[in-house]
Amino acid sequence: MLAKLANKLIDGIPFVRNMAAVQLHRKGILGMNRRNAQYISPNNARYLFPLVDDKLQTKKLAIENGVNVPTLLGVVDNQHDVSMLSELVGGLDSFCIKPAKGSGGKGILIIARREGDQFFRSNGQPISMSDIERHVSNILAGLFSLGGATDVAMMESLIVVEPEFKNYSYEGVPDIRVIVFRGVPVMAMMRLSCAASHGKANLHQGAVGVGIDMATGNAVNAVQRDKPVKYHPDTEQDLMQLNIPHWHQLLELACECADMTGLGYLGVDLVIDANMGPVLLELNARPGLSIQIANSAGLVPRLKAVEGLSRPERMSIKRRVEFAGKHFSAKPLL
Amino acid sequence: MVAAKRSRTPFYLLILVLVAAGVGLTWHRHVAFDVPWLPGEKKRIWSVEAKVEFTAVGDPVKLSLAVPQKQPGFEVLGEHTASPGYGLAFVDTPSGRRAEWSIRRATGKQTLYYRVDMLEKKFTGLNGDEHLVVPPPLATHTLGDGPHRTAAQNILQQARSRSADAYTLARELIQEFKIQPQSAQFLLQKQSRSRWLVELLAQAGVPAREVYVLDLEDGRRNQTLNTYLQVFDKQEYQLFDPRTGRQGRRDNQIMWEYQSGALLDLIGGRGSSVHFSILEQEVPITQLLQREQSVTPAFLDFSIHSLPLEEQTLFKSILLIPVGVLLVVFMRIFIGLKTSGTFMPVLIAIAFIQTSLVVGLVGFLLVLSIGLIIRSYLSKLNLLLVARISAVIISVIIIIASFSVLAFMIGLSEGLKITFFPMIILSWTIERMSILWEEEGPKQVLVQGGGSLFVALLAYGLMVNDVVRHITFNFIGLQLIFMALVLILGSYTGYRLFELRRFKPLLARDNTPSSDA
Repeated sequence: MLAKLANKLIDGIPFVRNMAAVQLHRKGILGMNRRNAQYISPNNARYLFPLVDDKLQTKKLAIENGVNVPTLLGVVDNQHDVSMLSELVGGLDSFCIKPAKGSGGKGILIIARREGDQFFRSNGQPISMSDIERHVSNILAGLFSLGGATDVAMMESLIVVEPEFKNYSYEGVPDIRVIVFRGVPVMAMMRLSCAASHGKANLHQGAVGVGIDMATGNAVNAVQRDKPVKYHPDTEQDLMQLNIPHWHQLLELACECADMTGLGYLGVDLVIDANMGPVLLELNARPGLSIQIANSAGLVPRLKAVEGLSRPERMSIKRRVEFAGKHFSAKPLL
Repeated sequence: MVAAKRSRTPFYLLILVLVAAGVGLTWHRHVAFDVPWLPGEKKRIWSVEAKVEFTAVGDPVKLSLAVPQKQPGFEVLGEHTASPGYGLAFVDTPSGRRAEWSIRRATGKQTLYYRVDMLEKKFTGLNGDEHLVVPPPLATHTLGDGPHRTAAQNILQQARSRSADAYTLARELIQEFKIQPQSAQFLLQKQSRSRWLVELLAQAGVPAREVYVLDLEDGRRNQTLNTYLQVFDKQEYQLFDPRTGRQGRRDNQIMWEYQSGALLDLIGGRGSSVHFSILEQEVPITQLLQREQSVTPAFLDFSIHSLPLEEQTLFKSILLIPVGVLLVVFMRIFIGLKTSGTFMPVLIAIAFIQTSLVVGLVGFLLVLSIGLIIRSYLSKLNLLLVARISAVIISVIIIIASFSVLAFMIGLSEGLKITFFPMIILSWTIERMSILWEEEGPKQVLVQGGGSLFVALLAYGLMVNDVVRHITFNFIGLQLIFMALVLILGSYTGYRLFELRRFKPLLARDNTPSSDA
């Protein structure tokens, strides 16, 4: 009653009706304050955060629960072991080194190939063993971790880009971010790295975000730096042609990941490896809001729909994915 | 939705209680104590508290402290003492007015407070201050013997040849002490410079005496008196600073003692010291008239004004912090402005208040930029975090120390105030900004550093505002209202201002109203 009256009042005054805040609210756009106060704070228990903030813990959890992850090749957890790095690298041609507590893709070093003792990064830049060692000791000192706490370095096998996605990405592996709320996937996007983002898949670093239809896995919209784009800036690929294969399988994996953490509001980052198939990359207990811009849609109505369900966590994963496909599908593009 | 609302009822109730209590206390203070809402037309009152400390040895104690009297520029409004168990009397002696405390038996550490409220008045000549303009008898000028006498007479001769009257002679004598460092050094072995000056002037037939002067500055604690020289010429006198030779009384100086008596006389104790705390109050004229009435703390006088001055001066700035904090919360939640270190801007603003804006700004930028340069070198050493920050802290202290020395050498005594900066906080800021630089580039450092500085300047502007200072210091009930405001802000779930811009593209593309509306 009261809400209706308020709406009528707002509609009656053109100035108020046209205010950005009112229009964003009506479109169901989730803001930072509301995300923190109404979704993260009540649904994500603080003691669960380390599970997702520490990638090593996430990895262990995933392995325990039978979720595919990139193979862990080794862990360097103290400065003394840095000198043994060359043994650890051994005969590997490609690998990736990342800080366990890094955030936003910081400190991730990707070695794409090697010629004898000379290593090459994913962008073709040569890098020597001593450079790699220094990078690892920077990771240990906490240069990339939140708040500068000391950290450990993880060495992982490299993801092989699915041939289907080759043209959609420049220098990096495209990953799929799914927001899972109380066990139900509510919104998804694919993040494509490009020259402007230096091979990183983070939207605020300039990567392209492509909103994905929850029912079909088709692209619905694409943005770069919050501006709409049609083609990939480096490969000229038509982004609207993007379709993610085995979409339902992927959403089910996202649900499994959310279930194993116990977190109620979660960002799940998945990749499709050419050999292993869908793989969990990392989890995020404070997923960003840009996914709404990539999808050109607000999160609030979808989150509300999930809140309307009784005990969504108890539903089978299949039913949750079905629910998402049915209710959160983008309207057909005009 | 309904369930959520119900669970918040106690929260709103709490806010209501806080606001009610805050408004009530504030209103009570306004009505019962006649504290005006706005600073308005005011007279300036300097409250000076002398804190006398000594150790009693178990014998009867008699202690007498020189207390200030009416003098040009100031009028004594009221005096209060706090000295449990002591007998107290104010006596007029040939060497001025004194407060005398006595007790039959006391042991251990003793603290006595004497507080005087001085009303600042326009300087209107010397009339009416007879006791001040009566020249003291000429000092007995022994001038010592042998070498001291020779050196002293030499100085007097030099000065006299360059002077025309009493004042110029005093000035030239002080000058002479400065340009003949060896002679001065030699003479000072015998007695203090001001004592020498009095005797030398007496030698030349000019009456003069030593007076104890207190510099008044709001919020200062642990101050001591400075010895000045009062030089007489017929029915007039002038004050001289025996160190610099500066002539005349500054507006914010009072003569605490000027009859050549001792500041403190103590029988039955040892290890005595006197320290002064100073608080400036702006009081409306109407209130001034009633001021003489009851000073006993009333029931519900829930104000910090019942505390000793020393604590009051502390609270004067502490009570401003919530204003800054409120601003930071507002900027975060409503605007979405990024600052490095959540409450760092407030601390910087407090430092700015202590240092004055220009010195503070220059110092802040200097420390930050030099610190960043040093930190960029440290990052190459692959140090562990705690060691790295410790190194930054030490660098910051070195920078601040050298800045102070440099400023002092080029004659900027203002520069000394840079030591008010919160050094540990500054070091963390440098550390954070340098990580930001490495991770996100210099642009982000400028954005966040600029954001912090902007908020700090805003907070500074608020905290030096007369009205804000007046109401936070006088109405402690406001703190409860601040608390309620912060709680309300904390439950705001609407958009931040910057988000409106960020999500704008979402509105531009489709104009079809969504079905959820």
